Amino acid sequence: MIELSELLLLSAVLFVLGVVGFIIRRNILIMFMSVELMLNSAGLVLVAFSNKLGTMDPQVFAVFVIALAAAEAAVGLAIIVALFRGRESVNIDEMRLLKW
Amino acid sequence: MLQTDWNTVFPLLTVATTAGFVLLLAMVGRVGTLRRDIGPAAAVLSVLGLAVSAGMTLWQWFSFPRGFDPDTFSGLLRVDRFAIFFNLLLCAGAVLCILLSSRLTGKLKTFAGEYYALIVLAVFGMMVMVNTTDLVVLLVGLETMSLAVYVLVGIRRHDQRGSEAAAKYFLIGAFASGFLVYGIALTYGIAGSTRMEQIAVALADSGGMPGAGKVALAGLGLVLVGLFFKVSAVPFHMWVPDAYEGAPLPVTTFMAVAVKAAAFAVLARLLVIGFHPLAHHWLPVLWALAVATMTLGNLAAIFQGSIKRMLAYSSIAHAGYLLVALASLSPEPGLAVQQRVLLSLLYYLVVYTLMNVGAFGVLIYLERGGRPMETLEQVRGTGYGYPVLGAAMAVFMFSLAGIPPTGGFMGKFYVFTAAIDRGLVWLAVIGVLNSAVSAYYYLRVTVQMYMRESEKSLPRIPFSIPLALALTVCFLGIFYLGVSPAGLLEAAGRAVEQATGMVILK
Amino acid sequence: MQEAFIRWIVLFPLLGAGLIAALGRRLPRAAVGILACSTVGASFAAGLAGYFRLADLAGQVHPAAAVLTDHFYTWMALGRLNVGVSFILDPLSSAMVLMVAGVSFLIHVYSMGYMAHDKSYWRYFSYLNLFVFFMLLLITADSLPLMFIGWEGVGLCSYLLIGFWFEDPEKAYAGKKAFIVNRVGDFGFLLGIILLFWSLGTVDFAGITSLAPDKLAVGGTWVTLITLLLFLGATGKSAQIPLYVWLPDAMAGPTPVSALIHAATMVTAGVYMIVRLNVLYLMAPVSMAVVAAVGVLTAIYAASIGLVQNDIKKVLAYSTISQLGYMFLAVGVGAFSAGIFHLVTHAFFKALLFLCAGSVIHAMGGRQDIREMGGLRTKLPATYWTFLIATVTIAGLPPFSGFFSKDEILWQAFGGAKGHWLLWLTGFLAAGMTAFYMFRLLFLTFFGRCRADHETSARIHESPKVMTVPLVILAVLSALGGYWGVPEVLGGAARLHHWLAPVLGNENGTFRFEAPHYSHAVEYLFMALSVAVAAGGIYAAWVFYLRRPETAGSLAGRLRICYQVLLNKYYVDEIYNIFIVQPVKLGSTYLLWKLFDVSLVDGAVNLTGRTVRGLGRLAARLQNGYAQVYAISFLLGVALVLGSLLW
Repeated sequence: MIELSELLLLSAVLFVLGVVGFIIRRNILIMFMSVELMLNSAGLVLVAFSNKLGTMDPQVFAVFVIALAAAEAAVGLAIIVALFRGRESVNIDEMRLLKW
Repeated sequence: MLQTDWNTVFPLLTVATTAGFVLLLAMVGRVGTLRRDIGPAAAVLSVLGLAVSAGMTLWQWFSFPRGFDPDTFSGLLRVDRFAIFFNLLLCAGAVLCILLSSRLTGKLKTFAGEYYALIVLAVFGMMVMVNTTDLVVLLVGLETMSLAVYVLVGIRRHDQRGSEAAAKYFLIGAFASGFLVYGIALTYGIAGSTRMEQIAVALADSGGMPGAGKVALAGLGLVLVGLFFKVSAVPFHMWVPDAYEGAPLPVTTFMAVAVKAAAFAVLARLLVIGFHPLAHHWLPVLWALAVATMTLGNLAAIFQGSIKRMLAYSSIAHAGYLLVALASLSPEPGLAVQQRVLLSLLYYLVVYTLMNVGAFGVLIYLERGGRPMETLEQVRGTGYGYPVLGAAMAVFMFSLAGIPPTGGFMGKFYVFTAAIDRGLVWLAVIGVLNSAVSAYYYLRVTVQMYMRESEKSLPRIPFSIPLALALTVCFLGIFYLGVSPAGLLEAAGRAVEQATGMVILK
Repeated sequence: MQEAFIRWIVLFPLLGAGLIAALGRRLPRAAVGILACSTVGASFAAGLAGYFRLADLAGQVHPAAAVLTDHFYTWMALGRLNVGVSFILDPLSSAMVLMVAGVSFLIHVYSMGYMAHDKSYWRYFSYLNLFVFFMLLLITADSLPLMFIGWEGVGLCSYLLIGFWFEDPEKAYAGKKAFIVNRVGDFGFLLGIILLFWSLGTVDFAGITSLAPDKLAVGGTWVTLITLLLFLGATGKSAQIPLYVWLPDAMAGPTPVSALIHAATMVTAGVYMIVRLNVLYLMAPVSMAVVAAVGVLTAIYAASIGLVQNDIKKVLAYSTISQLGYMFLAVGVGAFSAGIFHLVTHAFFKALLFLCAGSVIHAMGGRQDIREMGGLRTKLPATYWTFLIATVTIAGLPPFSGFFSKDEILWQAFGGAKGHWLLWLTGFLAAGMTAFYMFRLLFLTFFGRCRADHETSARIHESPKVMTVPLVILAVLSALGGYWGVPEVLGGAARLHHWLAPVLGNENGTFRFEAPHYSHAVEYLFMALSVAVAAGGIYAAWVFYLRRPETAGSLAGRLRICYQVLLNKYYVDEIYNIFIVQPVKLGSTYLLWKLFDVSLVDGAVNLTGRTVRGLGRLAARLQNGYAQVYAISFLLGVALVLGSLLW
C-alpha cells in the first residue's frame, strides 16, 4: 500500500520537474510539455486524495484537468504553428520584438 | 437536490448560444458562393446576444431573490446580486469592446466572425467564473476565457508581434494554470470539497492539524498565484506589457477591462468566502503585492514612449489600487465588515472599465489607414486637429490620474478611505503618492496632444458611429460617476449585501 | 440659511468656459471677449448680492449664524463619509469671492486688449474662465474634497495658461516645473485631508470647526501633523519655501495670467485655506510657529533676490513670493484677518503692477529687461501714474492700502498673542527691501533716459483704453482699499476685522489667547518705524538709481559676491547642476554651505524627478523580452508568496 504522503511527494517532484523544465528549456514545444507535466502532477494529487477520502469526486475533477490540458494543447499548438510560420523557429529566446 | 432553474442560467446560455451562432455565421460567410464580409453582421449578432443577456440579467437584478433560485445546477452555479452585477459589467465591457472593433475586423476580413465569436466565448467564460463558488467550475470558466483570449491576442496571424505576444501570453498563462490547478487539488485534499463555503468551514476547523495547515496554506498560495497572474499583480505581471502591446488595440482593451474585472471578482469571492479563515496569513501578502504592483506599474509607465504600452503598465498600476482595496479586507468574519471594501472595489472596476475603454478608444479612433497612433510622437498636435477627441482623451487621462471631478478620483478616494478605515494609513499614503506620480505620465499624453498647433492640417478621420458611441458612453459615464456617484454606489452596495455566498459566514 | 443663487457665483464662469470652448472658434473675437467678461461680471454681481444678503442677515441674527449655504446635491456618501456639492458664503468666503470675481473681471477686460492679436484668442479666454470657475469653487466649497477639486483645477488651468505659447520649449518646461512642484504640495494636501477624515470622520468645514476642539488634543501629534501636511500643500500652491521655485518660471505665461493667477488669486489659495481651517491651526501651536517662520523667511529671502533682478516680471514674481510670505506670517501669528486684509490689498496692487508691467512690455515690443527701459514716464503716462500708485502702496506709505495691511501684520508679529520680536525684525527688514526694489524698478523703468535702441523707442506707445481703464480702477482700489481695515488705533473702524471675526476661532471665543498689552504710543512708534524703513528704502533707491546711478554700479563692484549671489538667485539652478552633473567636484565645505542653503530644496525637487524617472527606466528594463525571465519573475513571486505564507 502506498502512503498518501508518498504520492504527494511524487506529485510534488513531478510538478517541480515541470517548473524547472519550463524555466530551462528554450524550445517552446518542450516548455509547453513541461506545463502538461505540471497539470498531470495535479491530477496525481487528486487521484491520491480520491483514494484517501474514498470518493470519486476528485477523479471526475482529474478528468476535467485532462480535458483542460487537451484544450490548452489544441490552442497552444495552433499559436505555436502560427509563430513558426512567421519565423521558422521555436526558440523562445528569438522572440524579443516586444520588450521594455 | 438536483434541480435546475433555467431562469437563473438564461443569461449564460444566451451568451454561449450567441457564440455558437456567430461561429455558424462565420462558416456561412465562407461557403463558396456566399463569400462576403460578415464582420458587421457578426458584430450586430454578438451585440444583440450580449444585450439580451444583459437584459435578462437586469430582470434578475430587479426580481432578486424572487423569480429565480440563486443556487442552481446542484449549487455549482450561484447567481447572486454580486454575480449579476459582474454579469452586467462584463456584458457592457464586451459590448464596448465590440464597438471599438469595427475597424479591426474590417482588416481581418475572413476572420471577423471568429473574432466576435471568441469575444463572446470569453465573456461566457468570465460569466461562469463570477457565477460560481465552486473551484472546479471556476477553473473551467477561467480556462474558457483564457483560451479564447490567447487566440484573440494572436488574431492577426501574419503579424509577427501579434503571434509573439500570443505565444508569450499563452506560455506564461499555461504555466500559471499549472499552479492554479495544483493549488486547487491541494485545497481539495484538505477540505474534501471544492465549494468555497465548505472550504471555509474546513479551513476554520483544521487549525489543530499542523501538517494539514501547511498543505492548506500551500494550496491557498498556489491558487492565489494563479489569480494574481490574471489580475497582473507584480511580480506576475511580466506578460502584461508584451501581450497588451502585441495584441490589436480592441483586444488589448478587452483584456485590460473585462479579463481584469472577472479576475478581481473571483479573487474577491475567494478571499471573502473560501480562504477567509486564513485571512491573517494572506493579508500581509496582499499588502506587499499591492505596494509592489502600484509602484512598479507607475514607475515603468513613466519611461514609456508608446501610449499603448504605457496604458499596459498603467493597467498594472490600477491593479495595484484594486489590490489595495482587497488588502483592506478585514480578518473578522461577517460580511458587514467587508462591505465598504467590496463596494469600493466594485465602484473602481466600473470606473476603470469606462476610462480604459475611453483611452484605448481614442487611440483606435486616431488610427487612420492602418497607420497606428500609438506613440507620444505620433499623437503630437492631434488635440488641435481633432478637438473633440483631444478633449475626450484629456478627460480619460485625468480620470486615470485620479484628478477630480472625474470618476477616477472618486474610485481612488473610496479605495483609499476604505484602507484608512481599516487603519492601513500607510498603505493609503503609498497609494496617494503613487497616484501623484502617475499624474505625470498621464498628463504628458494630453500635453503632447496639445503641443504646438499643427501647421499642416491633419487629414479628416472618417466618422465612425460605433466608435463615437462607445466614446460618448465612456465620456459621459466618467463625468457622471465623478459628479454624481451615488447611484452606482447604491447599486454596488446592494450587490455586496446580497452576495449570498458571503452571508454564510455571518 | 439656504440660498439657491450662490451656486451661480461659481457656475457662471463655467458656463462661459463651456460656451467659448464650444463656439469660440466660430464667434468673432469681440463676442468671445465680451462673453468671457460678462460671465465673470455676472459672477461678481451674484457675489455682491450674496454679500448684501449676508450683511443683512448679520444684522438680524447672531453674527456667527450669518452663513448662506447652497446644497447643490449629495456628491459622495459612503459609510461615515458624506460630502455634498455645497457652497457656502460666510464673511470669509464672501470677501474672497468679491475680490476674486472683481479682479478677474478687470483682468478679463484688460486681456481683451492685451491678447487682441493672439491667434488663440478664444482658447485663452476659455481657459481663463475655467480658471475663475475653479478658483470660485475653491473659495465657496463647504468641504475639503470639494475645495481640493478647485485646488487641482486652478493648478491645471495655471499649467495650461503658463504653457500657453507652446512653440517655446522653455515655456513648456516652465509649465512642467510648476506642475511637478505642485504635485508635491498636492500630495501633502491630500494626505492631510485623509488624516483629517481618519481622525475626525468628517471633511466639511462646519464639521471640522465644531468637532476638532472636542476630538483632537490641542498641540497633539495628529493635529500638528495634519496642519503641517496641509501647510505643505499651501507652500506648493502659494510658492513658499521650499516649494517656491516654480513661480518665477511661471512668468513665462502671458502677463495678464501672471497678474490673475500668479499674483492675485491662485497663489493666495494657501493663505485662504489656512484661514478657513483656522480652528485646526489654532490647536497646533507648532504648526503656527512653522507657518510664521516659513512665511517671514520667504518674505525676506524673496525680497533679497528681488533687489537685483533685471527682468521686470521676475522682480514682481519675487515680490509676490515675498508678499505671500507676509500673509503666512500673519496667519502664523494668529492674525487671520490681517492676513486676509493683506491678501485683498495685495491682490489689488500686485495685479495692478503686473498689468502695468504688461502695458510696458506691450509698449516695448515684448522686451522685459529693465536695463533697456527708462524714461517711459512721459511716453506711457497712464501706465506710469498707476504704476507709481501701486509702488507706493506696496512700499507701505500711508495712506495707501498697503501701509495699513502690512503694518497690521508687522504689529501683530510683534505684539500679537503669538508674536515674537525676531519675526517682527525680519519682516521689518524685508519691508525696507521691498521699498527699495520696487522703487528701483520704478526709477529704472520710468525715469532717466530711455536706454532702448532707437527702433524700439520710436514705436513706444500708450496702451488702448480697454487696457488702461482697468489699470485706473485697480489704482483707485489700491490707494483706497485700506479704508476697510484702518485700525481702531488710528480712528478707523477695522471693518474687515469685525466682518471676519465670527469665523475666526481666536476672535469668536472658541479659543482665547492672551496678548501682551501695549499702549497706543508703542503702536504709533511701530507705525512710524514702518514708514521710516519704507522711506529709507525709497531714499536708497533714489540715491542709487536716480541721483547718482554710478553708485549702484560701484556698490555692486564692492559687494561683488553678495551681488552675484543675489543676481543668480542664490545659485539655485547652478547648485542643482553641480549636484547632479558634477558630484565629484563637491568639496566638503561647499557641501556644507549648500546644506544650509534653503535653495537645496530645488535641487531635491529635481533630484526626486530624476530618481523617479531612473527607477522607471530600471523597472521597464527588467521587461527585457525573454519569456523565461518572465517565468523566473513569476517563480520568484511564487517563492515569496509561499514563503511568507508558510513561514
